[in-house]
Amino acid sequence: MTTLTVAFTLNGKPVSLDVAPADRLLDTLRYQLGLTGTKEGCGEGECGACTVYLDGLPVDSCLVPTFQMTGRRVETIESLDARSLAAFERCGATQCGACTPGVVMTAWWIREHPDLLGSHTVRELMAGNLCRCTGYDGIIDAVTEAVGGEGRENRKR
Amino acid sequence: MLRREALAKLTGRERYVDDLPLDDFLWGMTVRSPAPRGRIASVRFGKDIDWSRFVVVDHRDIPGPNVVALIEQDQPVLAAESVRHVHEPVLLLAHRSRAAVRSAARAVEVVVAEEPAALDFRAVPAPAQIQYGKDNVLKHLKIEKGDVERALARAPVVVAGTYETGAQEHVYLETQGMIAYLEGGVLVVKGSMQCPYYVLKALQHALGRDETRVRVIQTPTGGGFGGKEEFPSHIALHAALLALKSGRPVKLIYDRGEDMAATTKRHPALVRHRTGLARDGRLLAQDIEVVIDGGAYVTLSPVVLSRAIIHAAGPYACDNVRITGRAMFTNAVPFGAFRGFGAPQSQFAGERHMDVIARTLGVDPVELRRVNLLKDGQTTATGQVIRDGTDRVAVMERALELARYREKGHEHAGFNATHPTMRRGMGLATFYHGAGFTGGGEAALKSRLRVAGRADGGVEVLSANIEMGQGTLTVFTELAANRLGLEPDDVIIAEADTTRVPNSGPTVASRTTMIVGGLVERACDDLRRRVGLDDASRGQAVKDAIRRWHREHPGEPPIGEAAYERPPGIEWDDKTYRGDAYGAFAWAAYVTEVEVDLRTCGARVIDFVAVQEVGKVLNPTLARGQVQGGVVQGIGWALMEECKWQQGAMANNQLTNYLIPTSDDVPPVRVAFVENPYPHGAGGAKGLGELPIDGPAPAVVNAVARATGTDPRAIPVTPERLMELMENAVRG
Ligand code: FES
Ligand code: FES
Repeated sequence: MTTLTVAFTLNGKPVSLDVAPADRLLDTLRYQLGLTGTKEGCGEGECGACTVYLDGLPVDSCLVPTFQMTGRRVETIESLDARSLAAFERCGATQCGACTPGVVMTAWWIREHPDLLGSHTVRELMAGNLCRCTGYDGIIDAVTEAVGGEGRENRKR
Repeated sequence: MLRREALAKLTGRERYVDDLPLDDFLWGMTVRSPAPRGRIASVRFGKDIDWSRFVVVDHRDIPGPNVVALIEQDQPVLAAESVRHVHEPVLLLAHRSRAAVRSAARAVEVVVAEEPAALDFRAVPAPAQIQYGKDNVLKHLKIEKGDVERALARAPVVVAGTYETGAQEHVYLETQGMIAYLEGGVLVVKGSMQCPYYVLKALQHALGRDETRVRVIQTPTGGGFGGKEEFPSHIALHAALLALKSGRPVKLIYDRGEDMAATTKRHPALVRHRTGLARDGRLLAQDIEVVIDGGAYVTLSPVVLSRAIIHAAGPYACDNVRITGRAMFTNAVPFGAFRGFGAPQSQFAGERHMDVIARTLGVDPVELRRVNLLKDGQTTATGQVIRDGTDRVAVMERALELARYREKGHEHAGFNATHPTMRRGMGLATFYHGAGFTGGGEAALKSRLRVAGRADGGVEVLSANIEMGQGTLTVFTELAANRLGLEPDDVIIAEADTTRVPNSGPTVASRTTMIVGGLVERACDDLRRRVGLDDASRGQAVKDAIRRWHREHPGEPPIGEAAYERPPGIEWDDKTYRGDAYGAFAWAAYVTEVEVDLRTCGARVIDFVAVQEVGKVLNPTLARGQVQGGVVQGIGWALMEECKWQQGAMANNQLTNYLIPTSDDVPPVRVAFVENPYPHGAGGAKGLGELPIDGPAPAVVNAVARATGTDPRAIPVTPERLMELMENAVRG
C-alpha cells in the first residue's frame, strides 16, 4: 500500500510519520500516536467527540485526512491544562465521559474567544458537541462559569 | 462529593475499551444477513481477496450450543441454516488491518432464499408469516382488578383512544465494543457493558467453559441506557470466537453505523385505552391493551412487556382495571432494554389519554389528575397498597407552581390570539416508576456483595455493578464512607472483574443505588463486626481495627458480606399478576412549555420543570444530572428521534439523519426534589435513573396539542407529522 510521510506539530512538539492516504487524523492520533483522549462518536462530523484544534481552530478530526497535516499545528485534549477544570467537576459537566474531551476542547476555545459571546449564547456555541447523558445543563453551567474567568471560579470554591 | 472519576474523564485519561493498549491484535468484523427472513443458500467469498490471510469463523466454530443464553434459548450466536432478521450475524472475520477486514466483510455475499417476513407488529400475521407459536405472540400478560366490563357498561362517559410510540436508538456516545484474548487457559473478555455476569453466563454457555476458564472485565462504559444490558453478550461471544480460533487478541468495535443498524432499540408500542368516567372525571374503569414489537428473538421482551403493563394505568386510583399485554414476534432487528423498559411507552399513552379525556369532558387536566392521583391506602392496578406518606398532589402542585402553569396559561391565550406565526402551550404529565426488578425478581437474583478491609485501614467495595455515567462509583464511595465514618479517599471501588467481584446483579432497573447500595451499607456493617467492632464504631477506630486484623491475619483481609433480603411485607404472585410489583415507586410531575412555529411546524420546548419524589437524594449534582439527561432524551423521543424502517432494519443509521437533541434544541431543565426517605433503600434512596424518561414525551405532546389545537396520538411529533395534523385540523 502506498504511504505518505507527514510532518506536523502535535501538542507543541514536532512529529513525523507514515500514513495511508485514507487515514483520518482521528485514527492517526488514537492508534498510531497513542493519544486516546480524542474519541470517536459518529465518524461523520455530527457529534464533536473527536474535536481537536487545527492551527488553533476546533475541527472534527474524523473528517480530516492526516496527510493534509504537513506543516500544520494540531492540539489535542492531552495538551490542556487540567488544573482549570474545577467548574466542570463541580457542575456535573461529565457523566459517562465519552463526549467529554470534545466538550472540553470546544469549551476552552470559547473561553479563549470570549468575544463570541457577544453574538452567540453558550448553548449555540456548544451545539456541535452531542451529549446523551447530561441533558447539557451541567455542561452549559460549567462553560458559563469557566468563561466568567478564573477569579470567579476561585471565589466560589 | 464530586464525581470520583470526573477528572480522568475531563482530561481524556479515562481508558475505554478502544483506548486500551493491546499488543499484536486482530481487528474483528461481523458479516450480516441482507434479508429479513429466509434460508441461507450459500456464502460466497469474493475472488479478489486472499482469504488465507483472514481468520474466518462461522457457526461450526462454536464449541458449545449455538445460543446466546438469555430468557429463552432461541437466539443463535451466528446464524446457521436460516436468518430471521436483516443484520443477523452470519460470519466473523479478523485481520491485522482494520481497513482490510472492512473491505473483506464487504466482499462476502450471504445469499438468502427469502421467505415471507412479518414486518408490522400491529397487523395480524398471515399464515406464511407465522414463526413463533401459532400466532407470533411471544408473550401474553394480563392484569385484572374488579369488573371492567360491568363498570364500563355503567359509566356515564366512556373515552377511547389509541396511541403509538416509535423505536428509539440509545445513542450512548461510546459505541459497543469488546476485546478478547487468552491468558494461559483462561479466556479474558473486556469491554463496554452493564452486566458482567450476563456476559459471563453467555460465554460459558456457548463456549462450553466453566467459570474458572472465563473472565469478564467491564471497562469504563461510555453510556448504556439499557443498550449495554443484553447486547454486549453477542459482541463478547464474537470477539471470543475469533480469539479462540486465531490464538491472538481480537478487538471488535462497532462504528456508529453498525451500532445503530444492528443493536437493540426501544420497543415500538401501540396502546389502546377505553376508560369509564364519572362526570367529574373520576376513573371508574380502565381497559387497556398494550402491544409491543419484540422483533426476531425473544431477548428481554417478556419483561419489558411486564413493566409496560404494570405502569399502564398510571399513578391513579381505579377500582376496575384490565390491562392486557402482547409482545409480538416480527422479523425486525430485535428490540431490547432501554431506560424505562416499557414504562415510557405505556405512560406516554396513559398521560396523553388523560388530556384527551380532559378535553372530551371539558374538565381541567390538572383537576382530572387531582381527583384521581393515588392517595395513601389506595391500590394500584396490581392491588399494591400505596402507603409511603408521599403527597402526590403536592408533588404536582409544586411543579405547576415552579412552571407558573396557570399564569402562563393566561399569557398564552393572549399570545396565541395576537402572534402571527407562533403558538405556545403548557403540558403536564404525572407519573411513576417502580424501582428494582419486578415482583419476585430481586429475590431471584440473589445478589451478593463484599466489602474488604485493606492493609492501610481503608476498604474496597467488590460489586458487579458498574459505572456508565450514572454515578455508581461516587454513590458507592459515599455510602461506604458514611457508613464507616471514613474519608472518600479511604474507599476503593473494585474493577468489575468476574474473578474478583461477587454477583451483585445487573446494573439495570434503577436498582443500583436503592438495592445494591443497601448491600454496600450492610456489608460495611458486617466488616465492622468481623473486625470486632460494634455498629457505633466509626472512622479511626474502624481503620485501626482493620489494620490490626491485617497484622494478626497476614494475607487474609477481613471481608464483610451482604446478600439481598426482601423487605418485609412484600408479596407478589407471578401467575395472577397481583400484589406488590415493586418495593417502592418514585413519583413525579413534569410541566413543560412549548412553542410551535406555524411556518416550519417545528415544536420547541422553551421551559421544562421536573419535580419528583425519589426518597432521599444522596448526591444532588448526580441526581439532578440523571433527571436532566433523562428529560432531554425524552424530549428527543417526543419530537425528533425517528427510526425509518426498511425490511425491519433501521435505514437512517447515522447521526446525520437520526437526530438527537443538541444543547441548542433544549432549554435548561429545572429540577426539584420532594424528599421522603424510603426506609428500605440505601440512605433512604429510591431508584431514580429511569423515572425521568417516562414523563417528558406526554408532557411535551400535551403542550403541543394545547398550543396548536391538534390531537397528536403518536410520537415522534416531527414537523412533517405536525404539519399533517394542522392541515387536517384546518380541513376539519
Ligand atoms: S466522531 Fe467526529 S464528529 Fe463524531
Ligand atoms: S457525558 Fe455521556 S455523552 Fe456526554
